[in-house]
Amino acid sequence: MAEITLDKVVKRYGKLEVVHGIDLKIAHNEFVVLVGPSGCGKSTTLRMIAGLEDISDGAIRIGGDVVNDLPPRKRNISMVFQNYALYPHMSVRENLGFGLKIAKQDPKMIEERVAEAAETLGLDALLDRTPAELSGGQRQRVAMGRAIVRHPEAFLFDEPLSNLDAKLRVQMRTEIKKLHQKVKTTVVYVTHDQVEAMTLADRIVIMRDGNIEQVGTPMEVFDHPLNTFVASFIGSPPMNLLPATVRGGAVHFTDGKSLPVPSRLAGKVRDGQEVTFGLRPDDLTPQGHGIAEGGERAQMELEVILSEPLGTETILYTTIAGQEAQGKMYGPRPVSPGERLVFDVALEKAHLFDAATGRSVAAD
Amino acid sequence: MRTPFRKTAGKVALWILTFVLMVIMCVPGLWVVLTAFRPNAEVLAKPPVWIPEDPGLTNFAKIFGFAADQVAIPVPSYFANSLIIALTSTAIALLIGMSGGYAFARYRFRFKNGIFLGLMLSRTVPGIALSLPVFIIWSKLGLIDTKPGLIIVYVALNVPFTIWLIDGFFRQIPKEMSEAAQVDGCTRWQAFWKIEFPLAKSGIASAGIFAFLTSWNEYALASNLTRSTDSKTLPVGLMDFTAQFTIDWAGMSAMAVIIIIPALILTFLVQKHLIAGLTFGGVKG
Repeated sequence: MAEITLDKVVKRYGKLEVVHGIDLKIAHNEFVVLVGPSGCGKSTTLRMIAGLEDISDGAIRIGGDVVNDLPPRKRNISMVFQNYALYPHMSVRENLGFGLKIAKQDPKMIEERVAEAAETLGLDALLDRTPAELSGGQRQRVAMGRAIVRHPEAFLFDEPLSNLDAKLRVQMRTEIKKLHQKVKTTVVYVTHDQVEAMTLADRIVIMRDGNIEQVGTPMEVFDHPLNTFVASFIGSPPMNLLPATVRGGAVHFTDGKSLPVPSRLAGKVRDGQEVTFGLRPDDLTPQGHGIAEGGERAQMELEVILSEPLGTETILYTTIAGQEAQGKMYGPRPVSPGERLVFDVALEKAHLFDAATGRSVAAD
Repeated sequence: MRTPFRKTAGKVALWILTFVLMVIMCVPGLWVVLTAFRPNAEVLAKPPVWIPEDPGLTNFAKIFGFAADQVAIPVPSYFANSLIIALTSTAIALLIGMSGGYAFARYRFRFKNGIFLGLMLSRTVPGIALSLPVFIIWSKLGLIDTKPGLIIVYVALNVPFTIWLIDGFFRQIPKEMSEAAQVDGCTRWQAFWKIEFPLAKSGIASAGIFAFLTSWNEYALASNLTRSTDSKTLPVGLMDFTAQFTIDWAGMSAMAVIIIIPALILTFLVQKHLIAGLTFGGVKG
């Protein structure tokens, strides 16, 4: 069993604290993605799990044992690095078998394991090449092969796809997911790309400035963001966040427009409260062009400033309360700038955040 | 448009220029080699004799003491001294250079930049400027005319350069290499020897050659700090051919050839390492 537990883990560089006592429990065989903007401490956290960075305070357990003072080699984990870190003076075969050779395993067993990993990842034909003779995607696969060969308790991935071009990235993303389904192991995966996080994760850990902002399944963090940061970070295009004031059961924007307070949140706000009204573009759709009709709705007439057709949908840019807001038009028709359309607001999907704290009012 | 003729003419001119420059550079060396194989009388002949009329190994026999008419110069001792001093000082300089270079490339520590700058600045001081203080200190310590005395001086002379060169090579190796090796099961020490050292080998070999050649060819300090066959090196030994009124040019040339040969052999042996273009491909870049 390879449960990974982080207990009030702190990282300090001198006087500078970069990770502020985070708690996290990663279940056996779970795929957890740490996501956040650069400098949020996600890579540092991963490196602390790997043993490549000292833990300043708190404890990390792998499979129940505190590993704070264990060197990387004794943690029975493997890691895929952003730049792959393949050994350039060794062939693919030697790269794959290196860890087992260091562990003085039987050469025959090494050969079997290497063959097995090569087959899993489709590297059979490349075993005698050196890393310099491989393409980016192939190097990526070798790096993953090197990780699975040792049958570790957990895989750590540090932004493994960020060096690949867009097309290959999507392809490798799928491969990583398939690999995890094949080789059931605990995975901790670091990325700054929320799409990668959403598509890969069993659970997403959203980090900012050395703190965990929210932990949850992709749908949880998407549907119930705990604060404005998570709301704006997860989802593309991002959630519209509009300043407003609650008065008489309605949300009043600064430009005089207003919407009713969503009924599920009615008891959560008080009159006069300054809030941020959050609405995903998918929930702001011109009438007749939404995904699902019915439910709690409100209407708003808005002027379209710009439209971006994407095929199955068109993204519409408009202004609410002097702020740019985005809506979506499913089953699109051509829209010209300046056109005024009546938009459906799916109120049951709308969010309210306290303006001062940024926290979702639903969470309290 | 350049015509084919002008193109060819330009090429020819370039070759002639190259030839002239090469002649200017090579003739003194060639003259030394030719002189090593001719009798002393021919050296001073006017007009000069280019190709030795009766080439032979007499000069070599003489300096090794096989000829009757000349006092032997203790070339074997000088040779041994040179070899011991150059090899030992190179080995020590490489050891320090490797540890130092690795430390500068990988670790952060107090005054790192200051120390590095200090090392580099020490290279700006010509060694000969230090010869008097070194002489005084060495004579007090009893290191004059000893091999260790010269070895210490050469290590000091070579260390800044080897650290600088090796640091550059380790810097090129991403630190993720050693981290990957550590995750793969290596100790830090194993990660160094199995991954980082092989990748920096060409740099370390280059540093070694430079250090060896510096020690092997050094004259100024050696001439101050050595006295006898206990420690005299080959370049200093060359001066044995100058007497009060005569200079044995032929003998001196023969010995010069002896000095050049090991350096040449060594350079050829390790030259493939000098081509530092080790195929990096382990990382994106």
